[in-house]
Amino acid sequence: MKLSAEEQAMLAGEMGAPKRWAMEHMMQVGNAFDATDMVPVSQAHMMADPESLGAAGVRFLEAFTRYPPEQRHVAIPMLTDPRGVDPDYYRPLGQTEEMAELDRRISAACQQLGIMMTNTCINYQTVMAPVRGEHVAFGDTGVVIYTNSVLGAYSNFEGGPSALAAGFTGRTPRYGLHLDENRRGTQHFVVRHQPRGLTDWGTLGAIIGRHAGSYWEVPVIEGIESVPTSDEMKHLGAAMASYGSTPLFHLVGITPQAPDLAAVDGGAMASARDITRADFDALRSNFGGKGAKVDVVVFAAPQLSIMEMAQVARLLDGQTVHPETALLVCTSPAVAADSARLGFTGRIEAAGGKVLQGTCFYQQYAREIGAAKGWTRLLSNSAKIVNILGGYGYQPALASMEECVAGAVAGRIV
Amino acid sequence: MRELRCHRGIGGRTEGVALVADDNFSARYDLDRRRGLFSRAQHKLAGQSYVDLILVVNTAKGGVASAWMLYEMKARAMAPRAILFNRYNTILAQGAALADLAMCDRFEDGDITQLISTGDELIVAPADGLVIITN
Repeated sequence: MKLSAEEQAMLAGEMGAPKRWAMEHMMQVGNAFDATDMVPVSQAHMMADPESLGAAGVRFLEAFTRYPPEQRHVAIPMLTDPRGVDPDYYRPLGQTEEMAELDRRISAACQQLGIMMTNTCINYQTVMAPVRGEHVAFGDTGVVIYTNSVLGAYSNFEGGPSALAAGFTGRTPRYGLHLDENRRGTQHFVVRHQPRGLTDWGTLGAIIGRHAGSYWEVPVIEGIESVPTSDEMKHLGAAMASYGSTPLFHLVGITPQAPDLAAVDGGAMASARDITRADFDALRSNFGGKGAKVDVVVFAAPQLSIMEMAQVARLLDGQTVHPETALLVCTSPAVAADSARLGFTGRIEAAGGKVLQGTCFYQQYAREIGAAKGWTRLLSNSAKIVNILGGYGYQPALASMEECVAGAVAGRIV
Repeated sequence: MRELRCHRGIGGRTEGVALVADDNFSARYDLDRRRGLFSRAQHKLAGQSYVDLILVVNTAKGGVASAWMLYEMKARAMAPRAILFNRYNTILAQGAALADLAMCDRFEDGDITQLISTGDELIVAPADGLVIITN
């Protein structure tokens, strides 16, 4: 890789051990993908939940805190993905002191490194959205696919270590989605059944992601008849990334890099595949059936925007959650503050729900929570979370937000 | 003995026994990491241990967590010895770099999940872009 004088100095350790480690790590990764140089990035965003890091990852992070501030502080604004524990509400979920302590140690270490503990996977809605053409190093699949597709900015999926390396240096190897040649369409879809509501948008993402099936495919989607909202794009992208590990899609005539088909047609796309009502029905048939008991209803993955918080509050007005069913709502600390101020949280919790701050259910020891609480039947409007939690010992079911609230009240799928 | 050429990979040279599936891989989505088993019922390796084996799968799936998780699994000696993909993604490569776990992809002779069988004895040499079936 061709390195600048400053990058060579970092690699040689002249600017401290954290930057040297970061350069060595990025050289390994960059060489694996044939990167020829580094690209400056303006923001980094790191997965930092204790379930992912484990004790070993926490020790790895803490090791950097012993260096002086000028060496250990990140070089660019750096944010965090959801944490693993809501410090105000973990014992009722069966989470242990050991989990909470690991979470506290991560927060302390990150703050020593100058990282902002935003604890959010919706930073593009709540912190600072990148602009078209901006290069960033983001560490959440839903964040990355939204950033690449909806905003027209450039990011690979950055795992925690690589996001940290980008934070220390303000750079990332120039490979993958940082190169225009990898952003052209490879698969072509025509939507023949219009999505209605967030769950439909997530379902569409799941259908396309499952078909794409690889980080290196770029779906091009035609046939959408109305411009989706930010929350609809959020569910579309999060599900596509979850089912397909897909970091980028183009909605022709809607997303910024796809004003028309020709703009994103790299010449390698096979004939278009229609997506019909039958595809939606088939995907949803994998997840749940009417009448089944529900242990827990989860709104998360991604964290809820203030618009979604308002919608959940409105649906719960005058209702009471069934005594044998839990209802959890996960959002960012920033949205939680607004939700409390605007009365949404009070209305959700008056009905028997619980708003969790800074967490996202599948990133907070969902397997251990399920075991501790005896929860297996989970209902959610997130196509992403029902995909993930099938491997965590749950029998997840997918339904609209309205159906989820009705299910929470009835204690069973309605 | 058969030599399989691939792109230059990540991690150090290692040897071991293959566990193969024409399926994809995510440490978060598919594994019970505490017990070292594939826990997703739909996965073709459901119920099987991956610990200390050379896992051979199609591609990476899912999200970002696998990067931290490979490091954590290796620290507890509950990781595969190496992972071979037809095509890995950025996350698995980054995780392998941190964990110093051998990882290779982009094999010249075709689908690696068809070229290697479960139980084959392998030498994996990522720096050389080489995997050898020794049995």
